[in-house]
Amino acid sequence: MDLRELYQEVILDHGKNPRNHKFPEPHNREARGYNPLCGDKITLRLQLDGDTITDVGFIGQGCAISQASCSTMTQAIKGKTLPEVEALFSKFHTMLTSDEGSDDLEALGKLSVFAGVREFPMRVKCATLGWHTLNQALGDAGDEATTE
Amino acid sequence: MSEVSPVSASRRELFDVQSVREDFPALHQEVHGKPLVYLDSAATSLRPQAVIDAVADVYARDCANIHRAVHLLSQRATARFEEAREKVRSFVNAANKSEVVFTRGTTEAINLVAQSWGRAYLREGDEVLVTELEHHSNIVPWQILCQQTGATLVVVPITDRGEVLAEAFEQELSERTRLVALAHVSNALGTVLPVADLIALAHDRGAVVLLDGAQAVSHVDVDVQALDCDFYAFSGHKLYGPTGIGALYAKERLLESMPPYQGGGDMIRSVTFEETTYNDLPYKFEAGTPNIAGAIGLGAAIDYFASFDAQAVHAHERAVLRYATEALEAVPGVRLIGTAPGKVSVLSFLMDAAHPHDIGTIVDSEGVAIRTGHHCAQPVMEHFGIAATARASLGMYNTTGDVDALVAALHKVQEIFG
Repeated sequence: MDLRELYQEVILDHGKNPRNHKFPEPHNREARGYNPLCGDKITLRLQLDGDTITDVGFIGQGCAISQASCSTMTQAIKGKTLPEVEALFSKFHTMLTSDEGSDDLEALGKLSVFAGVREFPMRVKCATLGWHTLNQALGDAGDEATTE
Repeated sequence: MSEVSPVSASRRELFDVQSVREDFPALHQEVHGKPLVYLDSAATSLRPQAVIDAVADVYARDCANIHRAVHLLSQRATARFEEAREKVRSFVNAANKSEVVFTRGTTEAINLVAQSWGRAYLREGDEVLVTELEHHSNIVPWQILCQQTGATLVVVPITDRGEVLAEAFEQELSERTRLVALAHVSNALGTVLPVADLIALAHDRGAVVLLDGAQAVSHVDVDVQALDCDFYAFSGHKLYGPTGIGALYAKERLLESMPPYQGGGDMIRSVTFEETTYNDLPYKFEAGTPNIAGAIGLGAAIDYFASFDAQAVHAHERAVLRYATEALEAVPGVRLIGTAPGKVSVLSFLMDAAHPHDIGTIVDSEGVAIRTGHHCAQPVMEHFGIAATARASLGMYNTTGDVDALVAALHKVQEIFG
């Protein structure tokens, strides 16, 4: 178990200075995410034009993993279509939860820095909070996403 | 037969933490390649070998149901189960064994009082008084009860040091206060509540008082007669005993006036489809086959604890807490949450550099087990305007060396988060 694998420079940087850490205007989708285990909270807003996410931002507080994951996610999905975003989340999720890890780190780009989280099962929910919230925002309900 | 070995009398006079550590097998392991430093006893304490042996012995030898069969195994199991009840009675100094009800733990004990006493005696407009520092298990059962009865939950605020002041408490008491539910010791902050004063104030207004003793029993003296509390709830697993077992102490006249909590076997005297008569106290409140091995294990934990001079144990823990408080305050960027004078066992803290969850992961990689999160006390977090804390908590086996390991691990946090 190597902590440096978990706390990579990119994660520390995004955890400390999250990108897109403001609400986009205009926006037409919103969801809140909450991890009851550790109290991490985020609110995600985005502008969906057709099936393209043209703008996205979030405000939140929580651990370095959850904030960095949300930050890198907003960068990764801006300008992407819904099928592209869905494919990305699926790859991201596989990287964190499957026994073998990811078979396609390249496709994940910067998101691959979270590969080390797989070794810390208690922290997987921190890394996926933003993504679950995104799913919620893109779904019908637009309600609160929780990791539980 | 593997009776739990009596602990030699000499240990009672001298508290030797190194010999105590020998009794706890879980301490002697490595995690992530480092010696385990266990600082999470407020979540659950470790168990001495005597407790593990007692539980194993029930299953290996006296493996029978209780209060039922005439065969020898059942007689032995019943005798040991009832001996455990006597040990609990003696431990909290209840007047009578019939005032000790075995439960799954503190949570079930509180729910029992809420659903049995509360539903029978609370009416619309009555008030249940709790404090801002309660564990969720001393909040939610009362919320459910209030929804069921139309009673109102009233909250006594805490100070910024995490204290419950008698003046603030008195201010929230009213003629409608029927029940007061208080932590004896706060699990998130370590505050020891001035329960004797608060109980007297509540009794002056005619309210009954329940104490949540989950966090107290291993750190402060408990004497339910001296306290004059009406109900006292605690768990075995925070007293070096098994999980899934705890006890409710209740004054006999209250238990007599209460309807059953659950129906089933063992709690009845006779059953027909027309009518059921209930068993004597405390069996009326113990429906179904109980956690027999757990109760006997709790008895063994009480024996183990009672083999020491409690004042010596408390003094040892206070000394380590003092050392830890000074050591943490000396780490740059660390802020303690909960600074009530006379607090016990718990160090809740924040670090400028990192979120509690990140602190928890990093210190774990150094072998140091602490708790991070809201500690099932979200209103406490809200009071301090935070989402979570890191919490180191002490048991009788902790040393200043454990504290040094935590401090070294916190420096590692700062190294990473810089």
